[in-house]
Amino acid sequence: MSINTLIKSGSENLHDSIPIVLSTRIRLARNLCDYPFPGWAKVAQKCEILSQAKDILKDVPSLKTATFYNMEDLSDTEKLILVERRLISRELSESSHSSGVLIARNQASSIMVNEEDHLRIQILRNGFDLSKAWKNINTLDSRIESKLDFAFSDELGYLTACPTNIGTGMRASVMMHLPGLYISNQVDKVIRAVNQLGMVVRGLFGEGSDAIGSFFQISNQQTLGESETEILERLSKVLVEIVKHECNARMLLVENERIKLMDKIGRAYGVLCNSHMLSSKESMSLLSLIRFAVDLGMLPDENRTLVDKLFMETQPGHVQVQLSSESGTDERDFYRASFIRKGFSTLPELNFDILKEQEFTKLFPRGL
Amino acid sequence: MAENIQCNYCENPATVHLTQIVNNQVKKIDLCEDCAKNKGLSSPQGISLSDMFSGALEGQETGKQGLACPVCGFTHSDFRTQGRLGCPACYKSFRPILMETLDAMHPGTHHVGKRPNHLMDRMDTRQRESHIEESLQQAIAEENYEEAAKLRDELAELRAKSELASATEPQQ
Repeated sequence: MSINTLIKSGSENLHDSIPIVLSTRIRLARNLCDYPFPGWAKVAQKCEILSQAKDILKDVPSLKTATFYNMEDLSDTEKLILVERRLISRELSESSHSSGVLIARNQASSIMVNEEDHLRIQILRNGFDLSKAWKNINTLDSRIESKLDFAFSDELGYLTACPTNIGTGMRASVMMHLPGLYISNQVDKVIRAVNQLGMVVRGLFGEGSDAIGSFFQISNQQTLGESETEILERLSKVLVEIVKHECNARMLLVENERIKLMDKIGRAYGVLCNSHMLSSKESMSLLSLIRFAVDLGMLPDENRTLVDKLFMETQPGHVQVQLSSESGTDERDFYRASFIRKGFSTLPELNFDILKEQEFTKLFPRGL
Repeated sequence: MAENIQCNYCENPATVHLTQIVNNQVKKIDLCEDCAKNKGLSSPQGISLSDMFSGALEGQETGKQGLACPVCGFTHSDFRTQGRLGCPACYKSFRPILMETLDAMHPGTHHVGKRPNHLMDRMDTRQRESHIEESLQQAIAEENYEEAAKLRDELAELRAKSELASATEPQQ
């Protein structure tokens, strides 16, 4: 499957989207016991690891239709697209030889080879679903483990290149949309509280990235001394608390700052409907406000998926691939604005009146 | 002052002596000419004494001088600069230093999560195989052919079983 087909076939997190929680992701770090970790292995060893992994993975039933991409065969734009779809990490996208990724046809699972660890297995699910994600990845991991000798110690669990991942090798993270907390300047407070509970808050693309469009990734930091289920339960509790705070912040905004909020959302809508040049940063923060508007009932619920789709497909790599390689920033910004205008042409007008008759319980996402 | 001081890295007498304050503590380092050269003391950039103290010499104080993984050659100072380890065996090689780090990083120092059951079975089978093989060799050496035949059958059965297990799909 080419990268273009992959874009067209749609990502796992682009259907039935719900408020506040965008997606759930779990990844497991695994290493083969007889090789140095990728950062210390010789090129020849990395090649052996890559070919061994490819051989084994193609026999895993749920990955029969998956596609393997060698990093050296992909252009920079193609790699960027995979990062934007959260199928690979930035670290993998920067490595050139003897590393790659296997991506399932539905883009719900991917396995990076020779990133920081020999294997990074990940499952991506729409909405808030840690237990299902764990069930899926546990099965997938066991199938792979039945064919490969993983580095494991009775005492320390799965051995990983970085001691921060040792034990379960598991990082579970949930992508959250927190415009209520962001607009009311409470994000820092939440981050501090979450940190104290042993969880980490990151921006959209993980380590070191900004909180563009008030999107935040919350994940567990610790991996040793607790079982996977204990970690997930703890993370779940923290997430539910954050959702409560976000709902609260939204209610207060509607109650106390309705006019300012209506103005903010109205302006975002106006710009997205009419602009002819949009940078990716600007479009992300404006689309974030439109997602917020859908949650508040100002636009019909089904438009949330459209907003998420526009958000995904107006990222730099996704735009660049539609243009010739010589196109610069102006061309990209022009293309992005046109693409969004076209998407918005099917949207109804914003319903401002609904903010006056809001039933706040409706703000709570289903299934939480 | 220096005639009896030994180099911190080898047996030779130290001829280079440095003093620096690292973390509010006076640290001293004594090196022979060769080691000083190897550590970059004669290079234009010089060395960061702080790096050396946080690496090898800190180890020396607790008896871990020149710690390197015998399997992959990764050294303690590689770990300090990269924050990552060289190979799975490094966890054994650097255990004394790592356990402290792990304790500070995680809620416990003992894994209580998922165990790779298939791997455990394979390891178990391999261990039993090598045990039987040893006994078989011994039986042959002792010309105890009756015992040898028994062990050979046992080995064949074990191998057939493990092959069968690896050929069938794992249970979910």
